[in-house]
Amino acid sequence: MHFVVAVKQVPDTGEVRIDEERGTLIREGVPSILNPFDAYAIEEALQWRGEIGGRVTVVSMGPPQAEEVLREAISMGADDTVLLSDPAFAGADTWATSNTIARAVEKMGDVDMVLTGKQAIDGDTAQTGPGIAASLDWPQLTFVGEVRELDVDRVVVRRETESGFEVIDSPLPVVLSVLKDLNTPRLPSLRGKMKARKAEITVWGLDDLALEESEAGLEGSPTRVVRVQTPPPRGKQARIHRGEPEELAVILADILLGEDGSP
Amino acid sequence: MDYQLSEDHEAIREICSEIAERYVLPVREELDRENRFPREIMGKMAESDLFTIYVPEEYGGTDMGVLALCIATEELSKTCGGVAVCYAANALGALPLILMGTEEQKKRYLPSLASGEKLAAFALTEPDAGSDAAAIKTRAEKEGDEYVINGTKQWITNGGEADVYTVIAMTDPGRGTRGTSAFIVEDGTPGFSYGKKEDKMGIRASCTRELIFEDCRIPAGNLIGREGLGFAVAMKTLNHSRPGVAAQAVGIAQGALDEALAYAAQRKQFGQRIDSFQGMQFMLADMATRIEAARALTYAAARMIDQGAKRFEKEAAMAKVFASDTAMRVTTDAVQVLGGYGYMREYPVEKMMRDAKITQIYEGTNQIQRSIIATSLIRESASRRKS
Repeated sequence: MHFVVAVKQVPDTGEVRIDEERGTLIREGVPSILNPFDAYAIEEALQWRGEIGGRVTVVSMGPPQAEEVLREAISMGADDTVLLSDPAFAGADTWATSNTIARAVEKMGDVDMVLTGKQAIDGDTAQTGPGIAASLDWPQLTFVGEVRELDVDRVVVRRETESGFEVIDSPLPVVLSVLKDLNTPRLPSLRGKMKARKAEITVWGLDDLALEESEAGLEGSPTRVVRVQTPPPRGKQARIHRGEPEELAVILADILLGEDGSP
Repeated sequence: MDYQLSEDHEAIREICSEIAERYVLPVREELDRENRFPREIMGKMAESDLFTIYVPEEYGGTDMGVLALCIATEELSKTCGGVAVCYAANALGALPLILMGTEEQKKRYLPSLASGEKLAAFALTEPDAGSDAAAIKTRAEKEGDEYVINGTKQWITNGGEADVYTVIAMTDPGRGTRGTSAFIVEDGTPGFSYGKKEDKMGIRASCTRELIFEDCRIPAGNLIGREGLGFAVAMKTLNHSRPGVAAQAVGIAQGALDEALAYAAQRKQFGQRIDSFQGMQFMLADMATRIEAARALTYAAARMIDQGAKRFEKEAAMAKVFASDTAMRVTTDAVQVLGGYGYMREYPVEKMMRDAKITQIYEGTNQIQRSIIATSLIRESASRRKS
């Protein structure tokens, strides 16, 4: 079984500050990390590799320094990595990014499953996973909280929805986007880190993927960012009442019955 | 301070720091309170290859040396000196095999110790033989192609938790230290059982227990080196492991300083942060300076061993004495910085103070260490005069 995990290097949002005036992220001096959701996708692939065999290739699109997250993936136990990096890929929206990653998956040829984190913590779009599936014309299973069964030609997952959950059976190949519920990502091992340091990272550019410039990067991106704004805070909606349980029950009942004078 | 550490050393520090933060910090108070061995954390360390670093590559290790082990021990000790010693005691248990074991013994035992599948322990101390190792009473008598062991070992770290024990026993009682020999005894061997589990002041996550041998028969092939080398095996082992105790002390002290700094930055008295008071500042400055000096001495001693020095017992002893005395002093001062809160179990510094104390006592008391240092000094001076 060949698993491909698509990951992203993101700014550590725990450290990010917002430029209030311009409404943008201040990225200078902010450390870059592996998108936390993607670590769960890598772990899931590694666990299933341990269970049923196969190999795990981790792929990322980004500038040359994005190879850091691929080395991290190797230190966790990934077999192979590919960095999709080309000046022509810069400025890609989720559409162009999905297409580029999908071409890389096609180039690999023998892929059975693509996994991604449910979303990246910088853009928060949750579109790239489904985009890869659409571009490959593969089924997509999003918001996966558990992979229940997996064998050579089918997978059964539990996906979380706003109203509950669904258990879905899908043929392979397939694209999964995963939640944090499904495992605990392992720590890198010492041997893994030693291997990661020495590993040669394969880099594929525009030519390797047989893409036209018009299909990648800014040029291949239909999305135009017109303005970025921070939504205003929702305002004070919480009210805290203190008192004996009996009094509080009366207050609560009044609120529920709309008799407390509140709108 | 830049100690010119290699990328491998940095990798070990990162891994240990993550293990400490993710797995040790949330449970250290509980492990201390309940006197509970951190079996699950040992498993995580094994997955991260931490048991490989002191084992040669041909037996499944990564052979990174004494400095690497010191860095791992220091980093774990910043969070919990007890968990750190559970780990480091494995190196102590494996060292006799690594240093003096036969090819067959190494092949048989080291791979499963390097993978962390099995844990190791070292057994020298007895009720009446602490610093005076020649006074050991545990007997090993040869009968055919077996040795029969009788006696009791006391205060054995990882006792009852380890699978492989290196045990020093008397084979020729008339000959003092030259009558001792080292053996490998496996958990589950008939006649080998565990006695009292100690209720200790500190490092309570570690298990300290009696080993009881009653007509315990082991194959003659489990003798390490040859008969009469027991004391030599023990001293060589302890000389190698001593910088590890120093590193444990440095880590405990650093953890206490970090707690003191964090507390002093948020505690306000007389309308000011207490770290703005000079009395506090001088204390913190002295704590940090002593720790850095202890770390430098520890790393230097470890590097000497890694670079193949023939004699290093003096430097190893110096590191152990200085770092452990530093740990006791710094942790005591950290409790002082936190004041009344520092004395409460709710804050971690009183545990660090309790954990620090053992580093002045075990693997050779600090008094014995000073004897080792002085003996070396006198010998060196005499040989200079001769030449």
